[in-house]
Formats: sequence, C-alpha cells, structure tokens
Amino acid sequence: MRTSKLAMAAGYTALVLISILFVVPFIWLIRSSLMDLSQIFTMPPEWIPKPFHWDNFHKALTVLPFDVFFKNTIIIVFGVLIGTVATSSIAAFGFSRIRWKGRDTVFAILMTSMMLPFAVTMIPSFLGWKELGFYDTLYPLIVPAYFGGGIFNIFLLRQFYLTIPRDFDEAAFVDGASYFKIYLKIIFPLSRSALIVVALFSFLGSWNDFMGPLIYLKSDRLFTLALGLQMFQGTYNAQWDLLMAASAVVVLPCVVVFLIGQRYFLEGITLTGLKG
Amino acid sequence: MRKGLWYGLLFTAPAILGFVIFTLGPMIASLVLSLTDFNVFKDQTSFVGFSNYARLFSGEDELFYQSLGVTFYFVVLRVPAVIIISFAIALLLNMNVKGRAMFRTIIYLPSIVPAIASAMIWMWLMNPDLGLLNSMLSWLHLPTSNWLYAEGSVIPSVVLTTLWGIGSTVIIFLAGLSGIPQSYYEAIEVDGGGWYSKLRQITIPMVTPTLFFNTIMTIIGSFQVFNEAYILTQGGPNNRSLFYVFYLWRTGFRDTEMGYASALAWILFVIIMVFTYIIFKTSKSWVYYEGGERP
Repeated sequence: MRTSKLAMAAGYTALVLISILFVVPFIWLIRSSLMDLSQIFTMPPEWIPKPFHWDNFHKALTVLPFDVFFKNTIIIVFGVLIGTVATSSIAAFGFSRIRWKGRDTVFAILMTSMMLPFAVTMIPSFLGWKELGFYDTLYPLIVPAYFGGGIFNIFLLRQFYLTIPRDFDEAAFVDGASYFKIYLKIIFPLSRSALIVVALFSFLGSWNDFMGPLIYLKSDRLFTLALGLQMFQGTYNAQWDLLMAASAVVVLPCVVVFLIGQRYFLEGITLTGLKG
Repeated sequence: MRKGLWYGLLFTAPAILGFVIFTLGPMIASLVLSLTDFNVFKDQTSFVGFSNYARLFSGEDELFYQSLGVTFYFVVLRVPAVIIISFAIALLLNMNVKGRAMFRTIIYLPSIVPAIASAMIWMWLMNPDLGLLNSMLSWLHLPTSNWLYAEGSVIPSVVLTTLWGIGSTVIIFLAGLSGIPQSYYEAIEVDGGGWYSKLRQITIPMVTPTLFFNTIMTIIGSFQVFNEAYILTQGGPNNRSLFYVFYLWRTGFRDTEMGYASALAWILFVIIMVFTYIIFKTSKSWVYYEGGERP
C-alpha cells in the first residue's frame, strides 16, 4: 500500500513499540537466568546482571536429570520427524498426483479430523495403548507419526504438489516410470522446501508437546524437557533464577531452529493460510 | 491412468489406516465409553445409557457449569482480542516500512516458545510481589494487580499470556493482505479516497477469507485451552480458571472417571461443531470470494 510520510512514521513508531512489548519477556527471561536471587528481587528492576551468574545454568540443569530429559525429548522429536516426513509426503502424493475414484472424498473425510478436538480421542487412545502394554513408554508419542504424520502436514504437502506441473509425471510415464519412481525421482526432490516446512513444524510440535507426555509417561526416567521443567517448577518454585535458566534452555533450541528455517516457516504458514 | 485406484490406495494407506486407528476408532470408542460408568479402578463396567449426560445437565455437577462458563468467558474475551490485534499488526507490517522482516521475526518468535516455558516466563512477569508488570505499574503510580491469583483478573491474565503467541495469526493475515492487487488501491486514490475508504472498501472485504480462516482456528483453539490452565493456575483461584479441557482431564485422569469424562468430551465436540457450523453458514453473507467461489 502506498502511504504518506506521516502515516509511515506513525506506523513505524507503532511497530517499534509493539516489538518492544514482544521482546521484553525474552529479555526478562535471559536477565533473570543470569542473576543471583538478591539482584533478581531488587526494586526497581535491574536489567544487566552484575555479575553474570553463568553457574545458574549448571545448577539448574543438575538438580534434576535434565540430560535424561533431553535424551528422551530428542528420541521423540526425531522419531516423530522421520515418520512424519516420510509418510505424509507419500500420502500427499497419493492424494494429488494419482487419479483414483473417490480420492477427493477420502481426503475430505480425513480433513474432518482437523476439526476434531483431541479431547474426544484422548481417553480411548490412552486406554488402547495401556491395553497393549505401552503405557509409560515412549511408543504412544512416536508411533502415530508413522501413520500419515497428521492430516495438517498431508494437506500442506498436497497443496504444494498440486502446483507442480502434471507434464513432469506424464513425460516420466511415457518413459515407463512407475508411480514409485515418479515419487522418488521427481516429486520428492522438487518438494524440498515444503518438506523442510513439515519437518520444522514437526520438530516444534513434538518439542513443545506437553499434554502427550503428561498423559503417557509416569516414570521420571522417561520424562521430556517439558515435563522436567514442570517438575522443576513444582520443587523449586521460588528459585526464579534457576527456573528461568532451565526455561531458557528449553526455549533456546526452538529459537535456533526457527531462525535457521525462518524463510521456509513463513512460506509454509502462508501456503496453508491462503487456502483456508 | 493405469491401475490408479490400487496405487492411490497403496500410497494413502498409512494415512487412511492412521485415520481409522487414531481418529475414527477412538471417536466411536469415546461415544460408547460415554454411555458407561467406566472407571479404571472399578472391576465392573456397566452400560448406563444417557445417565452421564443426564448427570451433567441436571445441575448436580456444578463444576461442569463452572468450567463451561469459564471457557465461554475466555473464548469471548480472547477471540476478538486475537483477531483485532493480529489484524492491526498485520496492517502495520504491510506498510513496507524499513526493517519489516525484522519486525515480522520479532512478532512471530514468541509463538514458537514451548507452552511450558512461556507459562514460566509469564508467572514470573505476573508475580504479584516481585514481577515486572507490577513493578512497572507501581513505578507509573498505577494500581497493581494480583493477575493470576485473583478471581476477577485470572481469565484476562491468561488471555494476556496467550496474546504473546499470536504471531502465526499475524503472518496469515499478512499473507492475505499481500495478495490484494495494488491497482485496487490506486482506483480509490483516483476517486480521491483516503486511507479509511481504502480500508473499508478494499482491505477489509478482500481479507475476509483470511479472517474467516483465522476466526475458525482461533475459536477451535480457544475452546481447547489446557496447558495454561494446568501450568499457570491449576484451575484456581476458587475454580475461576477451571477450563473445560482441564476439568475433563482432571475427571478422566486424576479422578479416573473415564466414562463420565468421555461424555464431557462429546459435549465439547458438539459445542465446537455448532460454532463452526454457524460461522460457515453466516460466512456466505460476509466472506468475499473473488470469482464467486464458495466453500
């Protein structure tokens, strides 16, 4: 939109103010994680730690077995990521590049699961896993990703596959290629950026998941970082320095992953949002 | 094409199986469970017909009404706040100011922060004695608040914490806004219209499909809020933040009354469906589709 200089200046000021509001919680997190308790509680609040208490991180991460929580989180995150990328792209291929009777009806039915509150499936799924003997294991948190990887991801990839010209497949067909070959040699390599988006969403989704681990995990040795942080808060609830240090450690990987994949992220959200 | 059906089914089989095993099956099971008195710690389970539902609506379970009220209040407060604020921020970002990419990153970033960590940060910011918010307020000689710890302010406070994460709604609005052809605005300029006529006659009508999408997603998400209730307040003080899904979880997993909790889940499902249906129905009158396409 073309705008006058005055409007531009007003808009710029508004954006700066809004950005400050969005950034302050991060700064509050970082500065608290590097202070000792006496400085944290000073009034009015101070912003620069004096001195920097880097040992807060060491303390926070050793009072509970955060290395174990980290390992569990990594197992879940990558287990889910591999399953999601592999099976959602195969399914999206079947829903976009192969013509078959009833395809769009089946896809529409699958799409309804996006509207379904997880609260409805939560209890029976829990009972099912428990019946199979997998309560208090990591399986219930990983295995479902190998069955399509979530309809949202299939939808996102399908949107992308539909933009690839059909001639590519037709030409390959004439050369006698099978569907598998077309998927592996043409569609999969061409959809690299969309697959990165799915991988990023999947990473954040399982890294941030709180309710899943809460329901399925009972033993401390299987806890994820999210559950560990919750446990930490229950035990050391007035230790804001250590609590913020532990929180910062949980936040950091997400921020790094986001900043690295930022370009793909914004594209991905746009791709799904526009077609809503 | 050749044997399309077989290959189509082959490629989509994992997804279809997943739907049957993890969505359709549990859905039916949940409906059946809601008609029983299933409890993990009871040896016998019997079919009780609709008595779970009768118990819910008889008024015997006061917490059910309490949690419904709390959740509706939250939805009514949060949905307009999220939509208006994200739309306003998207409009600002759409102005092509210098450093636009940086502003966009800053505003999006909080939405990827894990709920648990975000909750920790906000508990600390909202700490009544030592938190930043109250320090700021008293520095400005304004009345301070007990935020999450007072009956009257707990829900608005939770809404406030979730507003930090509106980044993805902003980005979707921004995508909708950047899809509006420049020439439309120029036509208004030729007619001598200012920014207000541009907003009313071009921007708002053209952005209604995005508005529609964002509104539905925000409503569905707001009805299902759980993490905030679990981590920030545990439903308190005095059940004033007893969110519906938190109450459901507590009934099913802490009190192990899973039959009754399944009935709660189905009521939530119906409520969400009704809201979605109403918005879909009314969308015909307020969502503008170029080329006359309708959902």
